[in-house]
Amino acid sequence: MAGTGVFSPGRAKIEARTLRRDRWWLEPAITFTVFTAFIIYSTIRAFWDVNIYSAEDHLLSPFYSPCLTNDCPEGASHLGTPVGDWFPLSPALLILILPLGFRMTCYYYRKAYYRAFWLSPPACAVAEPHTKYTGETRFPLIFQNAHRWFFWLSLPLPILIGYDGIDAIYADGEWKFGLGALVLLVAAVTLLAYSLSCHSCRHIMGGRLNHFSKHPIRYWGWTQVTKLNGKHMQLAWISLIAVWFADFYVLMVAADVFGDPHIG
Amino acid sequence: MTELERHSYDVLVIGAGGAGLRAAIAAHEAGARTAVVCKSLLGKAHTVMAEGGIAAAMGNVWPEDNWKVHFRDTMRGGKMLNNWRMAQLHAQEAPSRVWELEEWGALFDRTKDGLISQRDFGGHRYARLAHVGDRTGLEMIRTLQQRVVALGIDVYMECTITRLLTDGTGEAAHGANRGNIAGAFGYWRETGRFVAFDAPAVILATGGIGKTFKVTSNSWEYSGDGHALAARVGGTLLNMEFIQFHPTGMVWPPSVRGILVTESVRGDGGILKNSDGKRFMFDYIPEFFKADTADTEAEADRWYEDKTNNRRPPELLPRDEVARAINAEVKAGRGTPAGGAFLDIASRRTPEYIRKRLPSMYHQFKELADVDITAEPMEVGPTCHYIMGGVEVEPDTAAAMVPGLYAAGEVAGGMHGSNRLGGNSLSDLIVFGKRAGDAAADYAKGLGSAPKAADGQIEVASKEALAPFEREGGENPYALHQELQTTMNLLVGIIRDADEMRDALAKLQEFKDRAKNVTVEGNRMFNPGWHLAVDLNNMLLCSEMVAKAALEREESRGGHTRNDFPKADPEWGSKNLILSEKDGEVSLVHKPLPVMPDDLKVLFEESK
Amino acid sequence: MTITESANNPKAFAPGVDKSKSYQANFKVWRGNSETGALQDYSVEVNDGEVVLDIIFRIQADQANDMAVRWNCKAGKCGSCSAEINGRPRLMCMTRMSALPPGEEVVVTPMRAFPVIKDLVTDVSFNYEKAKQIPAFAPKPREADGTYRMQQIDVERGQEFRKCIECFMCQNVCHVVRDHEENKKSFAGPRFFIRLAELDMHPLDTNDRQMLAQEKHGLGMCNITKCCTEVCPEHIKITDNGIIPLKERVVDRKYDPLFKILGLSKKKTND
Repeated sequence: MAGTGVFSPGRAKIEARTLRRDRWWLEPAITFTVFTAFIIYSTIRAFWDVNIYSAEDHLLSPFYSPCLTNDCPEGASHLGTPVGDWFPLSPALLILILPLGFRMTCYYYRKAYYRAFWLSPPACAVAEPHTKYTGETRFPLIFQNAHRWFFWLSLPLPILIGYDGIDAIYADGEWKFGLGALVLLVAAVTLLAYSLSCHSCRHIMGGRLNHFSKHPIRYWGWTQVTKLNGKHMQLAWISLIAVWFADFYVLMVAADVFGDPHIG
Repeated sequence: MTELERHSYDVLVIGAGGAGLRAAIAAHEAGARTAVVCKSLLGKAHTVMAEGGIAAAMGNVWPEDNWKVHFRDTMRGGKMLNNWRMAQLHAQEAPSRVWELEEWGALFDRTKDGLISQRDFGGHRYARLAHVGDRTGLEMIRTLQQRVVALGIDVYMECTITRLLTDGTGEAAHGANRGNIAGAFGYWRETGRFVAFDAPAVILATGGIGKTFKVTSNSWEYSGDGHALAARVGGTLLNMEFIQFHPTGMVWPPSVRGILVTESVRGDGGILKNSDGKRFMFDYIPEFFKADTADTEAEADRWYEDKTNNRRPPELLPRDEVARAINAEVKAGRGTPAGGAFLDIASRRTPEYIRKRLPSMYHQFKELADVDITAEPMEVGPTCHYIMGGVEVEPDTAAAMVPGLYAAGEVAGGMHGSNRLGGNSLSDLIVFGKRAGDAAADYAKGLGSAPKAADGQIEVASKEALAPFEREGGENPYALHQELQTTMNLLVGIIRDADEMRDALAKLQEFKDRAKNVTVEGNRMFNPGWHLAVDLNNMLLCSEMVAKAALEREESRGGHTRNDFPKADPEWGSKNLILSEKDGEVSLVHKPLPVMPDDLKVLFEESK
Repeated sequence: MTITESANNPKAFAPGVDKSKSYQANFKVWRGNSETGALQDYSVEVNDGEVVLDIIFRIQADQANDMAVRWNCKAGKCGSCSAEINGRPRLMCMTRMSALPPGEEVVVTPMRAFPVIKDLVTDVSFNYEKAKQIPAFAPKPREADGTYRMQQIDVERGQEFRKCIECFMCQNVCHVVRDHEENKKSFAGPRFFIRLAELDMHPLDTNDRQMLAQEKHGLGMCNITKCCTEVCPEHIKITDNGIIPLKERVVDRKYDPLFKILGLSKKKTND
């Protein structure tokens, strides 16, 4: 049987694609399921453009923050509506392209979806089904190298979501500590932590240097980002769930399924 | 038979550890066509096991340090039996050799000033071991390996040399005539095919003989090949009785017994305790080291912080002293469950400190013994680690007593006297590796015409190597090897007795006869059974030399401890034992030690 | 005279093995050569505290004298005894029997990304060829006082990569070559990416290998699925600390328009 990969001539003749007996398929299966669910949910929410803002509670869906077109609900556009009328689709699409790009090019997400969606490879020491492989050397995957640009462009978004959360706390000149604001703040903090823990950020902060000793402040910054970077995968998941939940929460409140519990 | 594969070089280096690679670099740089041949893959040599560091009096941490202090420490550690000239060259040249490694890309740990950091080690007056965490040997091998690759030196991997070739101008022995070196003969491990190297200069850098012992820190390669190769062509060997038992080898689990626990554990604050919880090393400070060693725990503990005003903890006495102390504690019934002593750093340093300073030890214990050394003590005991004895060489050139033959590193004798200080092995490799390479290249260049291997040598060598396949129904080499190891461990081990060594010699005679009958199954393709059968002959020869020399030397000194002669004897302190072999017979003569010149002798008076 | 080993003989430091914890295990070991081969069954004794390599030795000594296996230090420091145990790349000397699922058979095969020579021994010359293709370290001149000065924090990143014991399990597990033989010519593999990273981060080095990493050694082929990091017995963070920083440095040089505009992409900066 002349074949390719582990079945190539000269290699040990073993019929199985893998001899692993642990549940190696579990991790890619979970990744596949959760990511697919999120993609379906967020696509619907992004195009649907309904129940994205609770005017009463000042709660704006993080998918729509900042909201920049004239379609935005009144009070939801903290940065104004510079885009005006020309963009015919949902205002979320203008914004989501940035976090989507950031996550699509993220070094962690790449690992996760190459494994779970492309099966390249599905797990370590499990033969992949493809006969050809060129990695990230040509179009379109060569654009993975734009990760740092998505980092810069999406970096303000968690801050704006944080602003939304504060806006909900200090609504209409009154203090109001609502659960919704907390949900937005948690999303903002985890998104920010995820952004700052990114490998490109680590590189920019100091990774590109060869003499840390000559740049003590950048070295300090690099060590801090390095600590966060060690948790990049966890932060990727936590922030994803947090922002997902925040949008769902706003949906529920805006649709009057339940009110936003609050003190004050 | 297919035609024999042949290669021609000026200098052939056997062994790709620190000494071999350094020798090859030197020979290559001196303009000689050079090749390295090694039994394993490049970069796997036993040098990687060296943990603590490279001793070199660079004075980066202690400006007071210089070669004279290093020389004195080395001689005292070796109980004055060292070849003084080797010890002098070693102490003088080690710093340059270390700086050279740095220039080739080695990343040593640094001092605050950005210089190479140096750490404390047993027997060294000042902190002088250049190191990288606890994997200094790996750093050395990788640096040299990468240098060899950069220079484009040919490396023949997984190739075993079974015999040196000569021009046959000397006396007859082993079915061929001795004479000037003309090359080497061996087999490819992968295919079992034979190969011959024509080279007028051969450098032995094959390491030690540890695999003749059961409890050893040495890998399978340490079968005394270089010792045996040299002896079979008429080379002489020196002081083979001196074997260093490293005091701290792992004792549990049984399958890893012997694996090294670096001395840095003690250098960084670890202490030895017996099963009563007593820090026992204070009971074992010999007169010779009393002046330099703390006699209270308080002083010993202060030393780590203030080395100027306090004396060293007794845990950092030379290795032979510590090994004997552990041995005595266990014998007195105060050993650990697995038969060793407790080495405790957990109660003395923070977990972060331990993980930072001793990362490999942390992993080694975690993964092999399921012991967390930041939380519990290790169990340790002596393990066969190093042979001080070896091929007799001329100090300046590393030339053996056969024209064209050189030896560097552990396979050479003399440098370390009766006991080697920790850290002096890595420096030995690079100092004498370079010297051997330079001298061999010089020798090869100076020859009018290279000696040619005499007719018939190849045939004799092939026949000898294939003998295990010719026999039928003999015994299995693995069983014989295990018996040899057990015998050496029990009867010629850390504490020796005349009766036991006579028993050992009788046993060895029997093993030699049985070895002639060993058979192997399978074919010549990568056949470890066959490889062992070939190596076994070398181990048997080395074992016999060790046992004979050990029986002869009626005193205790360094790595040779006699139950029946427990004291060092000044008479013996001026003598080397020279061993040689012919047609299977080992003979032994006494030879006076070279006399140290007065300007060096003075150094020892000053220190008192 | 008989030689015995017992716990009562402390002189030997070889107390007997506690056989009360011994058991019989079923091993399946791949035996064969580059033409043919199959898993063969062995029933073999296992004692307390043993690792897979001990069991392979026992099979070799008692049942299959000619079974080929590569090993040296048996302490996880030389990286010779790489193999695949139950389908996962492991050092045999560092895989404790007690860490494997109890009662199940143990399957040991050679590494599957390299041509097999015999039994558990593979031809790893691919790696030695790649090593030769990396431009050597080229230091800047010494300081005026004859020394090289480097701060500890500046050498630590390189030191992590130099922990590499060259077991080649990262090379073996990397799907770029494991699953695509044809990529071997254009892909150096994780081991050599960290070598390139180490040299690139070396405070003294003057060579520029960044574009070479991308264009000759196939850095762009890596899709950072991190199997190299998963199997590394030295726990080197190959991907996070080696490959990704190298990729980012290549972006500086090749894919970042801002760097191009600022003229920073022409040569390696050595800040």
